[in-house]
Amino acid sequence: MPEVKLVSEHFGNELARGLKWRLQNGGYEGAKKAMAMSPDEVVEEVTQSYLRGLGGAGFPTGRKWSFVPRDTGKPIYLCVNADEAEPGTFKDRYILEWDPHLLIEGIIICAHALGIETAYIYIRGEYVQPYERLQKAVDEAYEAGILGKKVLGGDVKLDVFIHRGAGAYICGEETALLESIEGKKGWPRLKPPFPAVVGLFGCPTVINNVETISHLPKIILKGGRWFADIGVERNGGTRLFALSGSVNRPGVYELPMGTPLRELIFDRGEGVLGGRKLKAVIPGGASAALLTADEIDAPLDFDSMAKIGTMLGSGAVIAIDESVCIVQTLHNLEHFFSHESCGQCTPCREGTGWVFKILGRIIEGNGRLSDLDTLRSLAENMTGTSICALCDGAAMPLRSCVQKFFHEFEHYIRYKKPYSERREAASA
Amino acid sequence: MPTITIDGQQVNVAPGTTVIQAAEKLGVYIPRYCYHPGLSVAGSCRMCLVEVENMPKLQISCYTQAQDGMKIGTRSEKAIQGRQAMLEFLLINHPLDCPVCDQSGECDLQNFYMEHGRYQSRFMEDKIKRKKAYAIGSHVVLDQERCILCTRCTRFTEEISRTHELGVFSRGNRSVIDLFPGKTLDNPYSGNVIDICPVGALTERQFRFKCRVWYLRQEESICTGCSRGCNIAIHFNPTRRYKAGGRRVQRLKPRFNPEVNSWWMCDYGRFGFEFIDRNRIERPQLGSDHGPQPADWEAALDAAAAAIREAIDEHGPQSVGVIASPQMSNEELFAAYELFHNRLGLTRLALRNPWEEAGPEDELLLKADRNPNAMGGESIGWTEAADALLREAGSGRVQVLFIFRHEFSNAEAIESLNSAAFVIYQGTNWNQTAKTADVVLAGAVHAEKDGTFANFEGRIQRFRQALLPLEDSRADLDILNDLADRLGQPLAFHDAESVFHAWRRMTYSELDEYGMLLTEKSEVGA
Repeated sequence: MPEVKLVSEHFGNELARGLKWRLQNGGYEGAKKAMAMSPDEVVEEVTQSYLRGLGGAGFPTGRKWSFVPRDTGKPIYLCVNADEAEPGTFKDRYILEWDPHLLIEGIIICAHALGIETAYIYIRGEYVQPYERLQKAVDEAYEAGILGKKVLGGDVKLDVFIHRGAGAYICGEETALLESIEGKKGWPRLKPPFPAVVGLFGCPTVINNVETISHLPKIILKGGRWFADIGVERNGGTRLFALSGSVNRPGVYELPMGTPLRELIFDRGEGVLGGRKLKAVIPGGASAALLTADEIDAPLDFDSMAKIGTMLGSGAVIAIDESVCIVQTLHNLEHFFSHESCGQCTPCREGTGWVFKILGRIIEGNGRLSDLDTLRSLAENMTGTSICALCDGAAMPLRSCVQKFFHEFEHYIRYKKPYSERREAASA
Repeated sequence: MPTITIDGQQVNVAPGTTVIQAAEKLGVYIPRYCYHPGLSVAGSCRMCLVEVENMPKLQISCYTQAQDGMKIGTRSEKAIQGRQAMLEFLLINHPLDCPVCDQSGECDLQNFYMEHGRYQSRFMEDKIKRKKAYAIGSHVVLDQERCILCTRCTRFTEEISRTHELGVFSRGNRSVIDLFPGKTLDNPYSGNVIDICPVGALTERQFRFKCRVWYLRQEESICTGCSRGCNIAIHFNPTRRYKAGGRRVQRLKPRFNPEVNSWWMCDYGRFGFEFIDRNRIERPQLGSDHGPQPADWEAALDAAAAAIREAIDEHGPQSVGVIASPQMSNEELFAAYELFHNRLGLTRLALRNPWEEAGPEDELLLKADRNPNAMGGESIGWTEAADALLREAGSGRVQVLFIFRHEFSNAEAIESLNSAAFVIYQGTNWNQTAKTADVVLAGAVHAEKDGTFANFEGRIQRFRQALLPLEDSRADLDILNDLADRLGQPLAFHDAESVFHAWRRMTYSELDEYGMLLTEKSEVGA
């Protein structure tokens, strides 16, 4: 399938960062059109578009909005999740750096749809340049009267605040993000109530990913149906894929939902680095279950990925070639999760650390075969028992690696070195 | 009213009731660490997992609300396995130093291990080292290695004491409970974090290594520190006094009473029990030029009775003054009033506040009135007129002064006491007034007798005898009975309950579990 550039249209165009150029090239047209529509019509378009939450969970955006109660007498908040920290994910960064006005335009549309007057953009602390460019764009928008007391010269107001994170992965979890904006330690909240009902400062809150919001202008301009038709069933439009790992041409590609994973790696990514064999693929960020090279014909959409036991997640696709040791890869992933576990609830706090230590011991050459039983049992005990999904995210790659690459673990424990298919073939 | 089924038993509960609470109504105790009924729900320890029919994942019972028709399995195979997994996680970095841990015997890690333990550990890694055994306040010692991060203590300092000393620092398995920079845990309620800590992470500085908890016995009592009347349990060691420098009482713990103190008590009350075993008047004394000399009960009571009788006979009932104390129980105040006022016809009776300064008062528990029973004394008929009485004694019009428990320290009062011909002191601990009295009657502290106090709102609450009166001291009611016999006015109060019945026309067992207001029954005696 060809690339379809909806949010990536202006990537690489330095002029697009400026409001002046952007206004001359279709900027804020979607927002203007939305403002002329009734809020319900906007929600209807978004519902029809089958736009899914592109932060990783893939929850239908229109449905998420429909949960927000309008009659509580409390303000409704929008929090844009720009805390892009899932290993391998760097798609939102491109939007923030190259087309920040697209995001602001999306925010205006969402705010109009739900009667929101205050929006927060929670941006990852390490994103210094994206923050600077986004802040500049917000300032420009205020100056031009696009944001502020009279949005686009109309009679509604909208304030946009950028809140910088302090480096914790967990603050990308939506309720930890709310806690963090409120000035507290980033600990996920118990659910229900969901943020749509009780969110920021106890008020109804919509939390959407940068990319999700950035799709809104085109959906409004061209219609929800049009957007839905670009993708596959129940997975509307396109999404950005952050391709990295052992490929010749890593980068961000915008492809229609349902594009086969193989096409992303071999057509867009131009194949595996150094002509080596593909061993495995992480299809949706570090929290996703690994796929073997045999499984990459699956289409890249939320439902198809769920069907084969993994997830589309944040759209971070990491290719792993035959020279890479799965035990070491998993050790690296679990290091991340044990370091980033917030420590609030037991299975995650203790489980992630334990798994990391066992893997470290195996790599040091002190593994035992019984460790594999322990790892599998820990993956079970860490699944579905914690407050947020971080623990499940740590268990998914663990379970899939041990299951699909058991021989590599066994080999590492027996021979205290990584498994190599070539070496095995040569000695056979 | 949702009806839910827990382990096959049905129960009706109010809407909003959580599964863990509903289970408790059925007497089903679901293991928990972070859940505490007095604090907000954290839902983080994951120990209270239960299986809910038609739900794929185990649910935490502390947060899951009972819905009509819900079927819960607290002891299903899946639920037990889930909790086993959580306990295993909690123990991997726990030092397992039970043999040297003060919490041993009342530790929820130990308790739940009995059912949920793996017994064969599969953890082969190094445990994480953290700060051990360091004081975080005047009363509390923290051991971060034993901590399971249930956050009960941090929630207590946020929600109950509102003093915000404790927080969780760092992330993941490096998380620790610690003081916020520049703070110490020295709020008036700091001791409660020791009670609510389900493990040995927070222990009591004074109690550490004094006594294994299984040697302790406990009895229900009421704190005498202020007029709140917090419900407490006296933990005492009846057989191993030599272990604690001769002290019998080892510690006080709060008891739940939703009407009075909920689950809490203040540090003044909690740690103010030295007087029970220290500086006690162990036997009756007769005054002499060389100070008080031990005497037997016969001699002391005879001397006291003789002095009272002689004064009444020679100078009339107005020549004997009695100064009672709101530290005395209702039963003692009632019996004393019966004897001195109703029988002997004395008129100079006063209930005096023994404290010169009011105590600290706040919105949580502490009350400025530092006496447990001012309301009771008032309701029995005692009035505050001690200053006038003392002036009368000073002018020589009062021949005999019967003083319960008071210490007079200002010069004017001492002058007045010296002018009285005869001073009878009945009390528990040595003070200047006792040392100069003509007769000293050795009374018992509240831990050594039965009775009731009426707190600041008039709530009558019962305390029970935990200990025998120390050495040759006696319960004050017994002393009054014997004195009454000698004065030819036998009271026929054979125990505290018979006095209570004479006063309230009811038995102790008719008192509600959480006490009863003075106004709830009208037939007040006296």
